[in-house]
Amino acid sequence: MNLSRRENLTGRVFLLVLVVVTLLPFVSMLSAALQPRGTVPSGLAWPSDPQWGNFADAFTVANMGALLRSSLLIVAGVVPVSVLIATMAGFGLGQLRVPGGRIVFALLLLGLTLPFEAVVTPLYYQMQDLGLLNTRWAIILPLIGLYMPFAVFWMRAHFSNVPVELSEAARVDGSSTWQLFWRVQVPLARPAIASLTILMFLWTWNQFLLAIVLVDDPAKRTMAGALGAFQGQWGTDLVLLCAGSLLILTPTLIVFLIFQRQFIKALIQGSLKG
Amino acid sequence: MTSALGSVPTGQGGTAPSPDRPTRPSPARAHRRRWARAGGTGWLFVLPAVLMYAVFVLRPLALTIQYSFYNWNGIGVARWAGLDNYLTVFTDSDLLKIIGNALVLIVFFSFVPVALGLLVASLVRRITTGVFGTVVRTVLFLPQVIPLVAAGIAWSWLLSSNGLVNQVLRAVGLGGVARAWLGDFDTALPAVGVIGAWVLLGLCTILLVTGMSKIDPALYEAARLDGAGPVREFFAVTLPSLRQEIGVCLTVTIIAALASFDIVYISTSGGPGLQTTVPGLEIYRLAFSQRQVGLASALAVVLMLLVVLCVLPIQRLTRGDKS
Repeated sequence: MNLSRRENLTGRVFLLVLVVVTLLPFVSMLSAALQPRGTVPSGLAWPSDPQWGNFADAFTVANMGALLRSSLLIVAGVVPVSVLIATMAGFGLGQLRVPGGRIVFALLLLGLTLPFEAVVTPLYYQMQDLGLLNTRWAIILPLIGLYMPFAVFWMRAHFSNVPVELSEAARVDGSSTWQLFWRVQVPLARPAIASLTILMFLWTWNQFLLAIVLVDDPAKRTMAGALGAFQGQWGTDLVLLCAGSLLILTPTLIVFLIFQRQFIKALIQGSLKG
Repeated sequence: MTSALGSVPTGQGGTAPSPDRPTRPSPARAHRRRWARAGGTGWLFVLPAVLMYAVFVLRPLALTIQYSFYNWNGIGVARWAGLDNYLTVFTDSDLLKIIGNALVLIVFFSFVPVALGLLVASLVRRITTGVFGTVVRTVLFLPQVIPLVAAGIAWSWLLSSNGLVNQVLRAVGLGGVARAWLGDFDTALPAVGVIGAWVLLGLCTILLVTGMSKIDPALYEAARLDGAGPVREFFAVTLPSLRQEIGVCLTVTIIAALASFDIVYISTSGGPGLQTTVPGLEIYRLAFSQRQVGLASALAVVLMLLVVLCVLPIQRLTRGDKS
């Protein structure tokens, strides 16, 4: 008892240290963001007169309204379609077990560890040929394709564990495969679909490489891509840069805090499966 | 990849594994007939995903491989180069250094978070419930949720000459070591590594804690009765039971190290000199600034193979005795 109590205390102290280290970069950024404009911040120091107005300045300068809209448009283009076609494919491979499905699955596995850098150059020329360079489609379409290995893998794992007897029962009732999918299988797959949606949202919002390669105009990029441009432009104005960065990461933080339970579950399962 | 593969039934023809299957074979056969009819429809479900994957991943992938055998500036006529680009990748001292940088980053992105994560997780395996547990989980996941770009900006400021790190060093009388950590030839790469470790430590810790909560407490009881101390207990019980989780952590973090781009691009742009340039960044530069598409593609192929070479053995080792 004594021993385990001491262990408990050590554990708590360790965790506390870890939590502080994790939070420090955010706190130090906040302390810099609140210094008066035009000063050079030094270390972590709470300003005597916090300049909350810096955030309003950064909002205007970074054109946050347009950035939010752009990121939302990209998410709206990527996530629903990815989730839908991955769920359908997962159903086809995991439940219907279509002939030749194993070959398709093996091809998808090939893409599971693929670094985006490996395809970004040809994607640039492909988008140029399609006339889509510098439009949001140049980010949306490739992302859908690039998410397929993980997303299909994820949904297939779910559908493989649904007993086939369930589909048979629906068959006997005379429903078509399409009805079976929408009325029986999709409602049952809701938890798996929810986790997948969360992950896709996060990955899209934070996508950087495709955004900076395929789209020049920061106002047509994802949040992360726009932040890159913001740093390039305001890198020397540390106060504004920190305020802008905090603003840009706030939306993910808010979404994370609202859905944290599902988020953590999705991320854990996501890495265990991916 | 795929600890889950082990748990996914791979039986053919839709025969779900069911213990009483042999006693009633007829439904299985009838069902097989019915599904055969559905084969065509089934493909309609799979097709959209396969199409998007083929057009936006497989085609570019094939093109990367094709480009890697040519000299091409992205605009003019491409000239057949054979294996020249690969020869350059493996002999050019700069490119070798760049690949070496990625391998060094593995130490910081993978080994440090997994080792520290194991230490922390074994200390806290009982403290994951309650309010404290929830707060800890939430905070540790923050770096995983924000864009890596933001992590890069935050740490650039923290590690700069006026940043918090130097402030602390000066406060404890170590002002002599203070420097612009990301700008110094000797410390830039480790400093980038620290950023990666910060991002990945939380994920590894939580994964390992989750894994530990699944270990049968009786194993610990038995170890205690045998007189094992916390250290022996760790090596005899905890470590072997976590093989799968450690494998997952290593896989995810090694891919993050080898394919790193965002953090490096933001915090150092690869400098000073080539001290922190990684393959991802060099591919981007070669292809879009220096217009050496062939060489960029050869490096991309090598990077891809490097990832597979590092990840496959881990999968083999850690999935071994579960199946």
